Amino acid sequence: MSLQTAAVWIVVIGIFLVTVKPLGTYIARVFSFQPTFLDRPFRPIENTIFRLLGIDPSVSMSAKQYGTALILTNFAWIILSYIFLRIQGQLPFNPEHMKALNPQLAFNTAASFGTNTNWQAYAGETTMSLFSQFGNLEFLQFVTPAVGGTMAIAFIRALSGKKMGNFFVDLVLMCTRVLLPLAVVFTFLMVWQGVPETLGPYLHVHTITGHTQVVTRGPIASWEAIEHLGTNGGGFTNANSANPLENPTALSNLFEVVMMGLLPVAFFYTLGVMTGRRKMAWTLISVAGAMYLTIAAMIYFPMHLGNPVINALGLHGHIYRVGTELRFGTGGTSVFETSTMAFTTGSVATAHDSALPMTGLAYLAAMFLNLIFGGKGVGLLNMLMLVIIAVFLMGLMVGRTPEFLGKKIEAREVSLASIAFLLHPFIILVGTALSVALPVGLKGVYNPGPQGFSEILYGITSGAANNGSAFAGLGAALPYYEVTIGIITIVGRFASVMAMFLLAESLLKKKTVPTTSGTMRTEGVLFGGVLIGAVVVLNALTFFPVVALGPLAEHYLLLAHHLF
Amino acid sequence: MKYLKPLIGVTVFLWLLLGLAYPLVMTGISQLAFPYQANGSQVKLNGRVVASAIVGQYFNQKGYFWGRPSDTVNATTLKPQPYNAANSGSSNYGPTNRALINTIKARIAHLEKTNPGLKVSQIPPDLVEGSASGLDPNISVQAAVIQIPRVARATGLSHSYLRTLVSQATSGPQWGLFGRRLVNVTALNIDVYKARHG
Repeated sequence: MSLQTAAVWIVVIGIFLVTVKPLGTYIARVFSFQPTFLDRPFRPIENTIFRLLGIDPSVSMSAKQYGTALILTNFAWIILSYIFLRIQGQLPFNPEHMKALNPQLAFNTAASFGTNTNWQAYAGETTMSLFSQFGNLEFLQFVTPAVGGTMAIAFIRALSGKKMGNFFVDLVLMCTRVLLPLAVVFTFLMVWQGVPETLGPYLHVHTITGHTQVVTRGPIASWEAIEHLGTNGGGFTNANSANPLENPTALSNLFEVVMMGLLPVAFFYTLGVMTGRRKMAWTLISVAGAMYLTIAAMIYFPMHLGNPVINALGLHGHIYRVGTELRFGTGGTSVFETSTMAFTTGSVATAHDSALPMTGLAYLAAMFLNLIFGGKGVGLLNMLMLVIIAVFLMGLMVGRTPEFLGKKIEAREVSLASIAFLLHPFIILVGTALSVALPVGLKGVYNPGPQGFSEILYGITSGAANNGSAFAGLGAALPYYEVTIGIITIVGRFASVMAMFLLAESLLKKKTVPTTSGTMRTEGVLFGGVLIGAVVVLNALTFFPVVALGPLAEHYLLLAHHLF
Repeated sequence: MKYLKPLIGVTVFLWLLLGLAYPLVMTGISQLAFPYQANGSQVKLNGRVVASAIVGQYFNQKGYFWGRPSDTVNATTLKPQPYNAANSGSSNYGPTNRALINTIKARIAHLEKTNPGLKVSQIPPDLVEGSASGLDPNISVQAAVIQIPRVARATGLSHSYLRTLVSQATSGPQWGLFGRRLVNVTALNIDVYKARHG
């Protein structure tokens, strides 16, 4: 491991460790309505808006009302986004004269950006007007992670025995107090490193060899900032963060990684502050952290060992460079890829379809688990869902009624957590099986052999996990995939959340039981170990067969120099 | 529909703030504070824009250094158009795809043919394996050094002069810590161009 690899990893992990406590505490203060330093500029504006709209921040919604408001609002955005994509040609800020999107692509894009997935069945620089980029899709890249954050905040409030709060108030605060201030700072860091920020047309370059090169431009830096801060991952251009226009230097790469991780990691600490269980928060951070490092190893080491068939050609060095960019180094590349999968951002700094099989397995595993810090708020919800299941399993083992944060976990809670847990693999496995069984699904396959199966599996998983990255050989622009993956992103986003909100409501109604010496502790090494065990065993049981058909089969065939 | 009013109101407010004010204000300030970067890092030669400093360009003449293989295509015809900076992308060849291995073999053969005396064991992977964006502006130092004899023969420039140009176009790691030591191919070739055309 080189000095540069060590440096980027140490700096990234160091930044997360330094920021987790202050940022997590800050978020907790904002959503407990305690004073913060941003009150002065924002409070008067927010209060005016709330007064005009008749929103009383002190009146709490019930879990059902909160969930309804959240889903209605989110669907309204999806419909609006669809309409604006369908009339793109008539809208302003369109220097490259982009035409309207066809219905299925507009649906896929609106659903995908409206659910924080940002799966892209189009290439940004050849499809979207500047207005669609910043006025439509960038707007969704702010508000959909904000919705993810409100889900987690409302759930944490319920866990800590407080009222759910008001969805609209939480939504506004998440945007004004958390996302916007960070986005402003990071936009300037990205421009400083060379990312364009202009409303001008594409740049026409007359090269020294007598050719013309058209270079994509636009307000890319402000897009990059919220793309990563909101763990969105929709690229301004097709190659996303592999494109030097979106990610020009090793330092901009580092900024993007930091942006992705800041909030998902801090949210875990917010849980600790708001429930008064900081030690439990550290346990959960350690569990997610251990999985983060495992994924990192599965991405870094294959790249250095190389592709055995290419190694046999006898080139100068073994590092696998297919579908990678040199300027990040292997350290910067691996930290980016680990982060984009762990935090379910889905922006990419490499071509995922070209990744070696074990790396492909790591990408898939991160999306299967969907709780390695995860997307903004949602990863924390998934982790808590697994905590409840782990608590239940521990209760079974020692024959005691399981408790979590002083509430008894009974049949209803376990059922709801299990439903929420099982929905994810259900969507993935059924969606994949369907796509493999239908000729129209197989038509989308690009690479032959097991990789072709992995392309389908990856696409469906990416939609269900609201990740948005792709094994991009897959014919994502086929109407079948546009519609299927569009629907999957919506089900994947909201179905399990509804189960979790019902769970929150039922926990809220329960009386708190006092902690005794007999209470099972949901913190510390023992519980962390049980939790990791539960996560690994449950997911391995669910996903081993598909993984064996895809990346594992390919791994062993590649070792045997078998090509397709 | 008791949520209709807050739904519409909050959406309009957030859109004005995040969908309109944010990108426009960020663009305005960036144009004032970082005009060079914000407009695409334009490199000018004799008053003409000849490159964006951060984006790679396609070079296949013997008298220039070649960059990484680029698999970008024309957006309308879908025919290969290397270093198309208005349609970034990669080959998407999987690791067990025979086409990937055959492409790499063909690129090795082409390098051997155009660089007499070059051994396979001298060719670094980055010179025969396609990049992720198709716009990677960099190659490794090794990839530049092995091309010096070819460029020297085609241009008449001396080996030692070209070695100087290569080291001038070499930079990194950033701050001594991040990324790696790499050659910017476009910058290097602009220097070669200047040396040949005064």
